[in-house]
Amino acid sequence: MVDKISSFPKTWKRPPVFFESAPLRYSLYALALLWFVLAIGTVDVNWSRVAEGMDRGWRFVKGFLTPDFTSRWKDISAGLIESLTMTLTSTVVGIVLAVPIGIGAARNIAPKAVYYVCRSIIALSRSLQEIIIAILFVAMFGFGPFAGFLTLSFATIGFMSKLLAEDIEDIDESQTEAIRATGSSWLQLINYAVQPQVMPRLIGLSLYRLDINFRESAVIGIVGAGGIGATLNTAIDRYEFDSAGAILLIIIFIVMITEYSSGYVRRWVQ
Amino acid sequence: MMTTPVWQHRTSRANIVLWVGWLFLVALFVFCWQVMTKDTIWAFVADAPEQAADLGSRMFPPRWSYLDKLWVPLWDTMNIATLGTLLGVIIAVPIAFLAASNTTPSTLFVRPVALFIIVASRSINSLIWALLLVSIIGPGLLAGIVAIGLRSIGFVAKLLYEAIEETEKIQIEAVTATGASGAQILNYGIVPQILPAFYGISVFRWDINIRESTILGLVGAGGIGVQLQASLNTLAWPQVTMIFVVILGTVVISEWVSAKVRHAII
Repeated sequence: MVDKISSFPKTWKRPPVFFESAPLRYSLYALALLWFVLAIGTVDVNWSRVAEGMDRGWRFVKGFLTPDFTSRWKDISAGLIESLTMTLTSTVVGIVLAVPIGIGAARNIAPKAVYYVCRSIIALSRSLQEIIIAILFVAMFGFGPFAGFLTLSFATIGFMSKLLAEDIEDIDESQTEAIRATGSSWLQLINYAVQPQVMPRLIGLSLYRLDINFRESAVIGIVGAGGIGATLNTAIDRYEFDSAGAILLIIIFIVMITEYSSGYVRRWVQ
Repeated sequence: MMTTPVWQHRTSRANIVLWVGWLFLVALFVFCWQVMTKDTIWAFVADAPEQAADLGSRMFPPRWSYLDKLWVPLWDTMNIATLGTLLGVIIAVPIAFLAASNTTPSTLFVRPVALFIIVASRSINSLIWALLLVSIIGPGLLAGIVAIGLRSIGFVAKLLYEAIEETEKIQIEAVTATGASGAQILNYGIVPQILPAFYGISVFRWDINIRESTILGLVGAGGIGVQLQASLNTLAWPQVTMIFVVILGTVVISEWVSAKVRHAII
């Protein structure tokens, strides 16, 4: 009797999450380790340069803690206005173009041919990064916020239409059926059956995209597409870390505001 | 004589509010448009189709022989993304536990700090982190890895702390009832619940990081972007096209891998 009880396991070991077979698991671990060693090996660090830079890193931390808003305020405010206007116009234009494409890319309400065309537009817009598009648009349209505006609009189209199309595909079909049974036209169907179901999420996503576009507008300036990114790039190139710190703090602050207010608006809409 | 009332979608009050809202948005749009295009040189915009045609003729066909020189930078790019993701995840996990309202040691002091770290990391793009780091620790792979890592912290920590806050209380209570210590509750009550989300988030971020690390070289932080910058500076457009093709291929493959892995986990 006593023997029987003691033959039961007294300890318990958590089963592995992946790959039940131990040899496979250990060989994968070994492979990962091998890759890690190889990858670390390729990182060629110039330690004397790093040591030299630590001083500059410290100055950046100090600049971040004691930001200098005043001495470059003219450049900062000009960049900020460019960024903000670029963000708003590109979000609006992007969404206006994304709505028809999104409707066209929803399998349940668009004909097959339109579906494939719209899906390929989305794939094209999503697979190219903003920076790459910005490089091309700057080469075509010249430096300045107009190229940035086009870049952000283009990126917005892919993002919004994809999410909108997925939303439309997920709607409650009984409502479309009910509207269809009244003998409505296609436009009436969209207006009374689809729109009320997707509108709250569409508004939420638009605000989220506004936030993303602002953040991206800070980046595409590096390749010449206008906005606060150009100012930031200049500040860092001149090692004016206190001005750079000020710009970064402004960006963080604006992103925080949009994030909080979009959360508020989303709760209000839903 | 009474007219039969016609059903309307909205009340007249809602209609007015909606109309004023749209008017305001349009006015704001027009205002912003004018401010933005104040300094735009329309002559450059007008000849954009010609420029595009010219650019197209320079870019095609891509210089396929240049591909041989791209394998090493591509390997570097992969390493930047993967090592950067590792670095970011390692730092993000403790921050996520400090930021989640059910596991944070102090809601008053620690949680706001953790949340600020998350917002700061999230609102600054990896390219800007790279710009900063290149000027601090010099150009090279290390700047890229740290930039990717710093940007990943906010993303991973935010999604992870939301997952921690959504864990089921019952399981945690059950583990607590066995007399488990704090670390054991964490290990057996919370971790199993967030592990699928954790793997999903990490792979998703890795996929995004591959995308972002391809361009970090533009500011000197290593990878295939260095070649892109060099080709752009020398106006070697066939090489630029070749690099775009390679980047596009990498992004598509990494997206496919990430989708497969996430599908298998969740």
